[in-house]
Amino acid sequence: MDFSYTILIPLIPLALFVILGLFSKKIPASIAGWFGSFGLGTSFVLSLYTAYHYFLEGKLNGVYQTFIYKQTWLVFTDKLHIDLGVMIDPISVMMMVVVTTVSFMVHIYSRGYMHGDDGYTRFFAYLALFSFSMLGLVLATNLFQMYIFWELVGASSFLLIGYYYTKPSAVAAAKKAFIVTRFADLGFLIGILLISYYTGTFDFQELTNPEGMLITSWASYSFMGLSVFTWGLILIFMGGVGKSAMLPFHIWLPDAMEGPTPVSALIHAATMVVAGVYLVARLFPAYYFVEGGFALQIVAYVGAISSLVAALIAVTQTDIKRVLAFSTMSQIGYMMLALGVSKYEGHEGLGYMASMFHLFTHAMFKALLFLGAGSVIHAVHSNYMKDMGSLRKYMPITHITFLIAALSIAGFPGFAGFFSKDEILVAAFESNKLIYYSSVLVAGLTAFYMFRLYFGIFWGEDTKYKHTPHESPLTMTIPLIFLAFMSIFGGYIPFSQFVTADLTPFTAHLDLPLAAIASSVGIIGIIIAFIFYKKPNELPQKFANAFGVVYKFIYNKLYFDELYIFVTKKILFGIVAFSASWFDKNVVDSSMIGIGNVTVSVSNKIKGMQSGKLQDYAMSFVGGIVVIAMVVFYIWIN
Amino acid sequence: MNLESFLLMRSEIGLLAILLLLIIFEIFSNKKQKAAVIPFALILLAINTVLGFLPLESGELFGGMFRTNALLYFFKTTLSLGVLILLLQSADWLKEKVVDENKATEFFILIISSLLGTYFMISAGDFLMFYIGLELTTLPVAALVAYDTYKRISAEGAVKYILSSALASGAALFGISLLYATTGTIYFESMAEILASSNLAILGFIFFFSGLAFKISLAPFHFWTADVYEGAPINVASYLSVISKGAAVVILMILLFTVFKPLMPVWNKIIYIVIIATMFIGNLFAIRQQNLKRFLAYSSIAQAGFILLGLMSVDQLGTTTIVYFVAVYIFSNLGAFGVVQAVSSASDKENINDYEGLYRTNPKLSLLMMLALFSLAGIPPLAGFFGKFFLYTAAASQGYYILVFIAVVNATISLYYYLLVVRAMFLRQSDQAIPYFKSPFYMRLGLILAAIGILVAGVYSPIYDYIFSISNTFLN
Repeated sequence: MDFSYTILIPLIPLALFVILGLFSKKIPASIAGWFGSFGLGTSFVLSLYTAYHYFLEGKLNGVYQTFIYKQTWLVFTDKLHIDLGVMIDPISVMMMVVVTTVSFMVHIYSRGYMHGDDGYTRFFAYLALFSFSMLGLVLATNLFQMYIFWELVGASSFLLIGYYYTKPSAVAAAKKAFIVTRFADLGFLIGILLISYYTGTFDFQELTNPEGMLITSWASYSFMGLSVFTWGLILIFMGGVGKSAMLPFHIWLPDAMEGPTPVSALIHAATMVVAGVYLVARLFPAYYFVEGGFALQIVAYVGAISSLVAALIAVTQTDIKRVLAFSTMSQIGYMMLALGVSKYEGHEGLGYMASMFHLFTHAMFKALLFLGAGSVIHAVHSNYMKDMGSLRKYMPITHITFLIAALSIAGFPGFAGFFSKDEILVAAFESNKLIYYSSVLVAGLTAFYMFRLYFGIFWGEDTKYKHTPHESPLTMTIPLIFLAFMSIFGGYIPFSQFVTADLTPFTAHLDLPLAAIASSVGIIGIIIAFIFYKKPNELPQKFANAFGVVYKFIYNKLYFDELYIFVTKKILFGIVAFSASWFDKNVVDSSMIGIGNVTVSVSNKIKGMQSGKLQDYAMSFVGGIVVIAMVVFYIWIN
Repeated sequence: MNLESFLLMRSEIGLLAILLLLIIFEIFSNKKQKAAVIPFALILLAINTVLGFLPLESGELFGGMFRTNALLYFFKTTLSLGVLILLLQSADWLKEKVVDENKATEFFILIISSLLGTYFMISAGDFLMFYIGLELTTLPVAALVAYDTYKRISAEGAVKYILSSALASGAALFGISLLYATTGTIYFESMAEILASSNLAILGFIFFFSGLAFKISLAPFHFWTADVYEGAPINVASYLSVISKGAAVVILMILLFTVFKPLMPVWNKIIYIVIIATMFIGNLFAIRQQNLKRFLAYSSIAQAGFILLGLMSVDQLGTTTIVYFVAVYIFSNLGAFGVVQAVSSASDKENINDYEGLYRTNPKLSLLMMLALFSLAGIPPLAGFFGKFFLYTAAASQGYYILVFIAVVNATISLYYYLLVVRAMFLRQSDQAIPYFKSPFYMRLGLILAAIGILVAGVYSPIYDYIFSISNTFLN
């Protein structure tokens, strides 16, 4: 079997980016839209074909084979080298399908959504760049290649969040996202350095081979009670935490909603933010086998806590995109915890499968929710729930598709989210009861805030609109309908036949009692939301008042942003940068001012040059020598 | 010794020939023909650069005063390519000078003389040759800083430069004399055998090191940089902070890894401290700069700190990473300085806020600027990222984890200010955005070459492999 053609899947968007980026002034936006959609459509078809081909014929003796096409790129030492290439295995094929599907839909949708903005050729160029980077990340054959694309994804997300650069908040959000994730990537990079230095390889296959020598022979080097490999994995996970907006690096995600809504759907719902999950899944055997899965436990708890906290915050937010942002964070927490509680072989690897399954269904329904929200925002020109109400009359297609997505994420029986969430809960139940209970609570909260959103937008009072809202054009509703279809039927794909931790298919069954508990909790959430928000009434406000301080605490996102601002502004900028700027102002600037004065008054010229700052420079030069000499002679030598 | 063996000095002889031809041209051309010096000089230098790609044997001349090998030769060619790009970027600016002041030829003569001095430093086999090279590189640059004779700030910068560098040369010379006093020789090879870590030798080393540290503008010997760069014309600032500094770093490496190898326990501690100080000072000051020239000057101080990381690993890995990173550094900085030069000559604007909205009006220039800055910031997959990554690896391979950690933190800080410029170009809008302009021919050629350099050095792996394979020739 030959999958080498899959290299085209990322290269098509790259070509699109180069063409659209270089000639952005010459290509009209409408043509760029067609061009982009067509290119991504090609990638989409190719990846579907790959998936069909691979899942049908990719097995040998019942185990999925991994196909690697790579080229050595840089040689470090005799052992350590960096390859570039594509790696075809169940999760990469699955992710490829997710990325191209959502990207394709978003391209089609954006042609309608961006209509009216001037010169949005640039927008499609950035989208293509993002798609290319994301696909490169997914198909990476080694840690290093993944890191490269990881950063590229960050850079293109930076450009897209800041797309509306006339808005200062968008620019600030772009910067925040980039810097926060970059900071997390620092951990990733150090982790890669550590692991590659000790193992002598970047290669995923070698790093994750459970029978290989690397994993078993690794416990010997230890640092603060843990092996270096575990430290490396934890640091690498830190990069994933940043990109997937888990606690404590989640603060960029809500702000990133300043970007155009299709971007939020593509990047901040379906693809980039799940890169962290994908990273852990990619290295799963290493996480699982090294030191009894210590690093994996961290993954589980970070996921569970983030999931709960985000769900709580989502309940209180009023900007519909921010509700969705926190919901995304919460659902990604689900995927993380599922990975964290998973084991490796056969049915025990249920968590792994469930995580990937949920990643898939979530991509579909969350992209749909965002695109639906975009359609609503497009119609009423506001992000806030208070400006919406009774929209079901004006926007029937958006209404129905949004409802389908909401039911799916709430885990209503029969919808896609129900199946994947059920698998996660089963996996959590079998491994860690604490995490299980928290997850059930999250399921209830999810149903509640989703339907709070739904009733608030589509039911409730008929707000006085300045312009009567109307249904979005066909180019926006077609993607909605397609994704709605996937949000229902995506759940019936027998995922355990395709994507498993040990690459061997198994059969997963619906666990009826657990499913019943989860869906009844979900339905209770929906009912409460119905009572609270179907018609405007006093109840929500009363509850908010009753919880008073707690409500305010949660509404303000647990004051995480303030905490960060305190640390960076007060401590970093206040103390460190202040002293630097003092020096700059008083020493460097005053010398510049000195030069200025010299040029103004000719009479002082000679005097100024000779008695000016040059002597200070000479002083510091000689002083430097003396200090170094003293340090060397008196401290190091004696 | 036969005449053929003089071919070892091929690149030096080439530069010398260019110098002579330029002087002859200057004498015999009439006023109308003067402008022809620009293509003439460029073509000559281009030929010399291309010749540099022919292989050359290793060997010695003049009883070991002059030596060369594949690595040194490779580096000379890189520098020559860098100077060629720089001159291409200056050519259009010089055209005006020909018309107004009739002084384009001297610009070429001065730059090429300085480059020749650098060549001699690189190939020096003893301290005498080395010192002559040092002076030959420094003095012409002082004249270049004052090239805009009628600008006071320029003259001011030149005076500062020449006085500070005289001090630095003095320190270096004093260091050499102390070293001579302890060992009784000025030949590198014999000194390396005799040199022991006596106090006198260490003192000599410290003085000598300070002289070189001045050229690389390492902290605390960096104060002259900002003033001089501010006063100098952009392309001279670019020459100083890119070519001259890059060369000095490699020369420092050559000396530390050969002559001063016996003193390694001493110098690697000094370097350790200097690296940390240099990175922090360069970074923290770069953050506040508004003027792009000054901004690039400070950021290049921080970059120099990074390059020294490679010195922590005295082996093939360290050598390779330094030479590789310096090459990457040269191309990336030339890209950035080139854009600043192009914009400045089209609109006279040099501040970061003036670049707001540049992507809308001049997308290609902005893309190149982004490429160069991202490469300097070390964002994969650009050249600078690999350069930095290799440097980290080199330092980490010797167990300097804390140092690597500090360097990674600094890289993150530097990302912030590089991003400020990118943000201004791409994410800001301005009513007074610099309008669209088309750069003249030479400038475009210079920018394209720099862009190719950044991309090729970053993506085309045989370059790294080649440096790796030849860095053995130097250590033995």
